This record gives sequence, C-alpha cells and structure tokens, in this order.
Amino acid sequence: MRRIASIVIWAVISALGALAFATLAWSRGETVNAAWLLIAAVCTYAVGYRFYSKFIVTRVFALDPTRATPAERLENGRDFVPTGKWVLFGHHFAAIAGAGPLVGPVLAAQFGFLPGTLWLVIGVVLGGAVQDLTILCCSLRRNGKSLGQMAKEEISPAAGLTAMLAVLFIMIILIAVLALIVVNALKASPWGLFTIACTIPIALLMGWWMRSWRPGRVGEASLAGGFLLLLALVGGGWVSRHAGPAALFTFSGPALTALIVAYGFFASVLPVWMLLLPRDYLSTFLKIATIFALAVAILILLPPLRMPAMTPFAALGEGPVFAGKFFPFVFITIACGAISGFHALVSSGTTPKMLRREPDARLIGYGGMLMESFVGVMAMIAACTLHPGVYFAMNTSPAALQQAAPVLQSAGYVVSPDTMAALAAEVGEKTLIGRAGGAPALAVGMTQIFSGVTHAFGGHTLAALWYHFAIMFEALFILTTIDAGTRVGRFMLQELLGHVWPRMGQTSWYPSVILSSVAIVAGWGYFLYQGILDPLGGINSLWPLFGIANQMLAIVALAVATTIIIKMNRARYAWVTLAPLAWLVAVTMTAGFEKMFSADPRLGFLAHAASLAGSTDPQAGRLIFNDHVNLVATLVFTSVVLLLLAISVKEWVLVLSRRKAAMVSEVPYVATSYAAGD
Amino acid sequence: MPRVIERFLWILRRIVGAPDYQAYLDHCRRAGHPPHLDEKAYIREFFDAKGGRTRCC
Repeated sequence: MRRIASIVIWAVISALGALAFATLAWSRGETVNAAWLLIAAVCTYAVGYRFYSKFIVTRVFALDPTRATPAERLENGRDFVPTGKWVLFGHHFAAIAGAGPLVGPVLAAQFGFLPGTLWLVIGVVLGGAVQDLTILCCSLRRNGKSLGQMAKEEISPAAGLTAMLAVLFIMIILIAVLALIVVNALKASPWGLFTIACTIPIALLMGWWMRSWRPGRVGEASLAGGFLLLLALVGGGWVSRHAGPAALFTFSGPALTALIVAYGFFASVLPVWMLLLPRDYLSTFLKIATIFALAVAILILLPPLRMPAMTPFAALGEGPVFAGKFFPFVFITIACGAISGFHALVSSGTTPKMLRREPDARLIGYGGMLMESFVGVMAMIAACTLHPGVYFAMNTSPAALQQAAPVLQSAGYVVSPDTMAALAAEVGEKTLIGRAGGAPALAVGMTQIFSGVTHAFGGHTLAALWYHFAIMFEALFILTTIDAGTRVGRFMLQELLGHVWPRMGQTSWYPSVILSSVAIVAGWGYFLYQGILDPLGGINSLWPLFGIANQMLAIVALAVATTIIIKMNRARYAWVTLAPLAWLVAVTMTAGFEKMFSADPRLGFLAHAASLAGSTDPQAGRLIFNDHVNLVATLVFTSVVLLLLAISVKEWVLVLSRRKAAMVSEVPYVATSYAAGD
Repeated sequence: MPRVIERFLWILRRIVGAPDYQAYLDHCRRAGHPPHLDEKAYIREFFDAKGGRTRCC
C-alpha cells in the first residue's frame, strides 16, 4: 500500500513539474507568474533528490551508516566535531552561498527568464549537486582531505600542483569581479557607502567584544552589530539628504577601487578576529535572514514576470549586459546556483570533518546545493519582475546601451529618462542608469518585492530603505568573500613560495605575510581597475572570465571524482561525473575560445584590441594592454585545466586497461560507536 | 531561558560556526584527558582556524 502511495505521490510531483515547465516554455508575449518558476524548480529538485542522489549514495559510493566518519574517529572538539545533519546543512549552506547565485542569474536575465532558469534547475540536479556530493563523499573517506591533496594522491603530484595553481588563479579573478560589483553599486552612492563604511568600526567593536570583553559570545556581539548596522542604514539616509556629509561619502569608481584594495590588504594582514571574523558572523546572520525573508515575500506576492521567456539577445549574441549567445554564455554566467567549482573547496574543507554519519552526506552535499539553486531562482525572479527597459538601462554602460539601442527599441525594451529618474528618486539614489554589475538591479527587484509585502500589510513601501538594505546585504557578504579570499590566496601563495624558500612558507612571518598579501591584492586590484576603466562596464569582460575560471575548477573537481570512482572499481557508474564533466569541457572551451579569438570586438579580446589599434583615444593603449592580459589569463586557465584533464585521462586509461592497479587511498573501515538512530 | 529557545540559539551558533567551549570540554571528558586549552586559548585557536577557511562566491 505504501509503495502504491509513493508511486502516486511521485507521479503527481513529476506531472506538476512537467506542467510548470510546459507553461514556461509555451509562454510567448504574455506575462507569466513567478509561481510556475517556483513549481518547476521545486518539483525537479524533489525528484532529483529522491531518486538521483539516492542512486549516487547507494550505488556509486555505497555510503555506510555503520562506518565511523572522520568526525567520530578524529574528534577533537575543534574542527573534527560530529554534528547533526540539519545543523551541518545550515553551516554548509552558509559557506557555499555568496553573491554568485544572486548576481549570475540577474546578469543572465538579459537572455530572458527561460535559459537561465532551465540551466539553474537542470544544471544543479545533474551537475552542481553531483559535484558537491561526490567530492564530499571522496573527502569523507579520506579524513576530510582537500581537493588539491586528493588530486595529488589519487592522480599524481603534478595534478595536485595544477589544481592548486588553478584555485589560486580563480581566486584572483573571483575577488576582482566581486569587488567590481561592490564598486559599481557604491560609486556616487553616499547612502550605500556610508552604511558599508560603518561596518568597519562595527566589525572592530564586535571583534573586541568576542575576543576580549566577552570571549566567544558571538551571538551577543552579532546582535549588537546588527543593531548598529540598522542604525547605520537609517543614518545613511540622513547623510544622503545633506550636501556636506553626502559629499564626504561620494566617490568615483577609481577612488573606490583604491579604497577597496587598501581594505583588502589590511583585512589580509590584520589578525582574523579584528575584521574578518566579525564581518563573517554578521554577514552570515544577515544572509540567512534575508534569503529566508525574500523566499517568504516571493511566496506571499507571487509576482508576475515582466521579462519575456527569451529576449532577442539569446540568439543574436549582441546583449548589452555581456556579449555572446546563450550557448555557451548562459552556462558560464550562472555558475553558483547551477554548478560551481568553488564548492568543491568547501565540500573538501570543513564539512567532511563534521559529518556525524556517512549517509548524511546526501542531505548536506546534494541538498545544500539544491538550496543554493533555489536562491538563484529567487534572484532570477527578482530580476525578471523588473520592466525589461529598466533592467537594461540599469545593467548597461552608456556605450553598450547605444550599440544595442536598435534591438532594444524594436523589442520594446525602452523606458523614458523620466521613468528612470523617478525610480532613482524613489530608492534614494541620484541615478540608476548604467549601474552595471547586477547588484543594483537585484536590489531594485528585491525592493519591489519587499515593498509589495510591506504595502500589502498596510505599511509604507519604504522603497529607499529596502533598496539600501539590499545593497548593504549584498556588499557585506561580498566584502566578507574578499577578506577571506585574499587571506586564503595569501596562504596558498605562501605555501607555494615556501617550496622555493622555506621561510616564506611561514604564515606568521611578517615580511612573508606582507609580501604575499601585496602580490594577491595587486593581482585582483589590477583586474578590478581595468574593469572600472572599461567603457563597456567591466562586467562584459570580467564576469565571463570568472565564470570560465569557476567552471574550470568544477572540471578539476569532477576529474578527481571520476578518477576515484574508476579506482573504486565502479567504472560502470563513472558517467555520473563524466557527463557533467564533458558538458563543462564543451562549455568552457567554447567560451574560452570565443573570448580569445572571436572576430566580434565586443566578444573577442584580440578583436577588441585590433579595433582599438590606431585609435586617438588616450585610453586605447591601456585597453589594448588589458585585452592582452585577459587573453593570457584565459589561455593560462585553459592550459592548466587541459593539462590536468590529460593527466587524469591517462590515469583512467591505465587503470581501465589494467596496466596500473586500481588503488584508492581510502581510510580502512572502522565501525561507528553510535547506535542506530542515534 | 526556556529549553526550546536555548536549543534554537545553540543550533544558530553551530550554523554560523561560533566557538563552543562546552563541546571541547565534553570531548575531553569522553576522551579521558584533561582539557589542554582554557576557554580563552580555545577561542583564540578556533578563530584563527576559522579565519583561514574559504568562503564561496
């Protein structure tokens, strides 16, 4: 009887999901309600989790509830701590969810809501969640080893070094693009900048509170910090309305770039408890609360989507937000939310050291990624509730807007300057035109949703406050990633330099700390600066570079997972990781090739450089140099990943042809001491 | 404080990765050795370790 009920329930869920997809796919010209997007996503997640993740944990990895996990065997009360699955789910989710699943879908909305949503939903079930789960399972059976260590041990030392270099390069591009989003959101915005500037003294106060005054009282300090943050948010409104204070907090893009680079350096060299950790706690609390509030607000309002299913830019490839057709660019624009290589670092970092039981990996690895995809779908909804004209006016630089004007006009995606001025005044900004980067557009979308809820319950719309709250929310956790990324990048560089001169490898030796911090900050600062000066807005060149790099890290992770599956004598299931791996190779190599060699100057670095040759523009020389740097960076990413792939394929062939023994470095079985159901 | 609120706050602390000295003491008790770190030293070590971890984009 239960079996029949189960079949009926899953048949209904599948049919509902199919109906939602059909409604989305057939909508042409008419407005679609966001509910269909949510239903399609949730039904697909449910089916994927119930059937596919179960297949992976039972057939491929054979997770065993009687086997002791590293958290149990190596428990030390610090990093190895057995943790209940729901608590660890929250912890893992907080570590993997950042700005990526919010910004990527907003940028991909230039193709319409359908391509991005399909990739978010299908990509996560067959790719992203599979990557997170398989790497978690691999690390779990290896005492929580990192991706680099696993690549070194399971493939070869060269593969380990290649993986480490790939991570370092990607970190630099990642920080640059995230910093660009913050700079674009805060330039000429005294309200936003005042609020974010206040987070520095607030973080210092929290750091002193948690470490010296009331040691370990994170909750108290965060509560006080949150209260002060809200005061700063309200104070920002006052600052923006008064000419004198407003002038003090109004900065140009290059000036903000200098400030953020200096901030990144200090955050890297100062003790973690001073700036990095308090900000991390504050942003984690804020992230969880805001994402929860956004989900509830969307469910209450179920807003209609004003963006069409597909815009002309999907096929034309001349989008003003970023150039290129939907294949391959939608698949690299949305990384976090569909598949993100960066997650492999978390899945082989703290999470495997905290799993209480092996089967819990399914909920945390696969389920956590589904949750992140859901956040991406919410961001897509927030962006697509905007009028397309508002969306394109906000996300496009004036130069790109001019180039795309004929297509925008013929599609009816135009708004009058008066409409934009009224919208800017409503949210307390001077202008919203050309605020590229995704964050301001998302903030306006979130403002409309939150205002709708406050209005529905009889309150004021509070649009300006909601807008700056959304900007603060995004900027706060982007800055946390910049802090942490610069620091982790510094550690990695120190480790690499330590092979040349052991003293440089000492993470507490200050000359090494300062030198490696300067090198990392200079690396991402350079890319950030070129993005700020780019007449097309920077996002056009940097976001695809970041997407390519992030997806290439996913290739590294999936190659490691495939090697381990083959060596476990389960080669018949290797398609589980090989299929997303093959897809990502096709996507990233095509995108990389187009970015390097496309004849379209808006797309290809070489073509863009050639188009500037002989130009009288005083910036032309610098722009040509930047194009060549971007070309070399793409070439380096591509070469590093192809090298690792070649090493992996050689290993697979050797093992499958039995010329090499299939030896895996799993820790031996130890029975758990937990009782069943404990 | 009611147990349910205490439990909720404990869960929240674990989710955000706050230090838990009591968990360390419990571990020492189970392992049968005295704690090597006092609360301040434990918190300092915990914060240093947490600061070196990657956050995703």
